[in-house]
Amino acid sequence: MTHAPARNASALLTGFIFGLGLAISQMVNPKKVLDFLDVTGNWDPSLALVMAAAVGVAMLAFRFVLKRRQPLFESEFHLPRVTKVDRSVLIGSAVFGLGWGIGGYCPGPGIAALSAGSVDALVFVAGMVLGSLVYRRFGAPSG
Amino acid sequence: MCDNRVVANFTPVSALVGGALIGISATLLLWLTGRIAGVSGIMHGALSARSPWRWLFLAGLIAGAALWMALVPGAFAPRTGYSLLLVLLSGVLVGFGTALAGGCTSGHGVCGISRLSVRSIAATITFVTTGMIGVFVVRHLLGVAS
Repeated sequence: MTHAPARNASALLTGFIFGLGLAISQMVNPKKVLDFLDVTGNWDPSLALVMAAAVGVAMLAFRFVLKRRQPLFESEFHLPRVTKVDRSVLIGSAVFGLGWGIGGYCPGPGIAALSAGSVDALVFVAGMVLGSLVYRRFGAPSG
Repeated sequence: MCDNRVVANFTPVSALVGGALIGISATLLLWLTGRIAGVSGIMHGALSARSPWRWLFLAGLIAGAALWMALVPGAFAPRTGYSLLLVLLSGVLVGFGTALAGGCTSGHGVCGISRLSVRSIAATITFVTTGMIGVFVVRHLLGVAS
């Protein structure tokens, strides 16, 4: 595909903007995230505003993007094929949320926090890779 | 970087600016490459298939955060002193859970809700709820400072 270099450059650029956003919003700080989830403690609503701003921008802009016949550097949009609420999404999200509440990292901030040389984040990412491999070995539907 | 007198630690301006950048990033990735900016999906894909773009996105994620830390010294101090065993456990749960759920805070929370996906809305309600339970157990039942 002739567009592969453009797609790779796009991924690098968008990852960069995403990481910048996570750092500016302080979501790379697990305490900030835990303070949001700690509704019975000293609650910090910042994370809700991060989500609201991100969803606000994306909801508006996605409408225009998805009206196009195809992406700029690709022949089709790769949208999720599964759309129903099934056991996988509910159980998986429940397990993810529990881990999120214990550690204070979700995947993006955990990886972005590696930039600060955080041992804490490195251990988290190692655990995440392990969890991903465990899923592929035991949890993924065969075939 | 912002002050607020209502709730201690609340940083509305940086939250809105950072969040908007995340929305812009997700929009650009979808427009340019047709891909959903879901970090867990990108990570699981990077581990299971040969796909340079996924590794480049993750490298960009680290570089973008690094730039901000270079521009604003002291913007973020890595956490120290919290149980690394609990951190490892949380990583395993997040890795397994997001793989099973097909998304995380970015894929379901930002991109899915923006597409008004019922599956993603259900996912987000679920992980925010169990996230609150997780922090309640660690901080208030076990009494561990996190």
